[in-house]
Amino acid sequence: MTKVRIPPTLRNEVGGERELIGEGETVREVLEDVAGRYPALQAQLFEEGTLAPFVNVYLGGEDVRTLDGLETRVNGASVILLPAMAGGC
Amino acid sequence: MATYRELLAQVRDEIDEVGAADAREREGSAVFVDVREREEWEEGAVPGAIHVPRGQLESRIEGLVPDRSTELVLYCAGGSRSAFAAKALGELGYENVSSLTGGFTDWKRNGYPVETPRSLTPDQRRRYSRHLLIPEVGEAGQERLLASRVLLIGAGGLGSPASLYLAAAGVGTLGIVDADVVDDSNLQRQIVHSTDSLGEPKVLSAKRTIEALNPDVEVKTFEERLTSENVERILGEGWDVIVDGADNFPTRYLVNDASVWHGIPVVHGSIYRFEGQVTVFNPGSAGSVAGRAGDGRLTAGGPCYRCLFPTPPPPELAPSCAEGGVLGVLPGIVGSLQANEALKLLLGIGESLQGRLLLLDALGTTIDEVAVKRDPSCPVCGENPTITEYVDYVEFCQGVRA
Repeated sequence: MTKVRIPPTLRNEVGGERELIGEGETVREVLEDVAGRYPALQAQLFEEGTLAPFVNVYLGGEDVRTLDGLETRVNGASVILLPAMAGGC
Repeated sequence: MATYRELLAQVRDEIDEVGAADAREREGSAVFVDVREREEWEEGAVPGAIHVPRGQLESRIEGLVPDRSTELVLYCAGGSRSAFAAKALGELGYENVSSLTGGFTDWKRNGYPVETPRSLTPDQRRRYSRHLLIPEVGEAGQERLLASRVLLIGAGGLGSPASLYLAAAGVGTLGIVDADVVDDSNLQRQIVHSTDSLGEPKVLSAKRTIEALNPDVEVKTFEERLTSENVERILGEGWDVIVDGADNFPTRYLVNDASVWHGIPVVHGSIYRFEGQVTVFNPGSAGSVAGRAGDGRLTAGGPCYRCLFPTPPPPELAPSCAEGGVLGVLPGIVGSLQANEALKLLLGIGESLQGRLLLLDALGTTIDEVAVKRDPSCPVCGENPTITEYVDYVEFCQGVRA
């Protein structure tokens, strides 16, 4: 089981949860497991099977783009989903 | 009981002494320590020497020179005070200490280089006394801050605490860009403004508050929204650091592109509800060395905003504080972290947040950190940039899910 941290701008899609637990060997499997339970999250995160380009995914503090992408094995580390935030107000 | 002369002779027997010519050869390898009083130091000193009056030597030397094997050359005016000082440092465990015989007087008589240190006024010395006590800042650092220029994008939630702390710290010139007027819904968090300034342009309200806090600071106001049309004029005034507290994506991407092209580091902060993000973008630096190849292309250094977020989120996932709200103290924390990063960059001390994105959760009171790497294929700071001039940033930030 892998912890997935949900950013504030995506919490409406998951009933207000700050963190979810997903099952799977790779980042993709974990995210698909979580998104499978929350269709609204699925719609925001995935576009035709690929992850939306504005969402950064970190595993153990490292951007998965610098690892093996969504195929990176989770190995007990936790996942952070992070879209950009604009606010300075 | 010994007389002063006898005591001095005895101390000089116990320590190492070095003549002016010999000391001159050690410039570059040894640290010179001027143990005279402030008034003497201000009239001229050995270039690069650190100044610690004899009376404070024992209490301050460990902070200034932690490594006891450092080669030290102590000097005073004539070589007596520095002899006693050398004995004291020997007792503190400093292994490689010598005293300059003939002192600064003899150094000057030989025609060796002398510099006149710039110095703070007595008022400034009192105002910044808590900075002067910190070895990493000290008088040289404070003078550096007073000569520094920081541009703040936005005088809102983040710009309020950032501008106040930078002003209090004595950053000599603050530029503030903001087109808005003070609204009563701002005052829950924007502490540079007050009820008295409702309806007033934010840049003028901020200027008044800052100048009341610290008359050493000159505030340059830009009562306009940063755009592709005015960014060259505003950045062209020359800034050491930009503190980005903008409230929208088009401005964030514009600040990024402009700062990359101008080689100015950006301290980035953003907030929403209970969460904040802070980092430093500085593609123009590789550590302390400017990372530009001969052709001006950026070759090393940290990531830029586009390396971190190549694509802005669609508008429904990018609510502003006006739509989603923000806890009033959150920008206080994040903006203060930005001021801290800016001060470190200006002083050249510590570890900056370059390459690290701090994620602050005020609800759980946790701070996480994720790595941010330079993207070699970044369209602005990458190896083969495809964006080389200002684009329509509003359009860029809207066209995501067309």
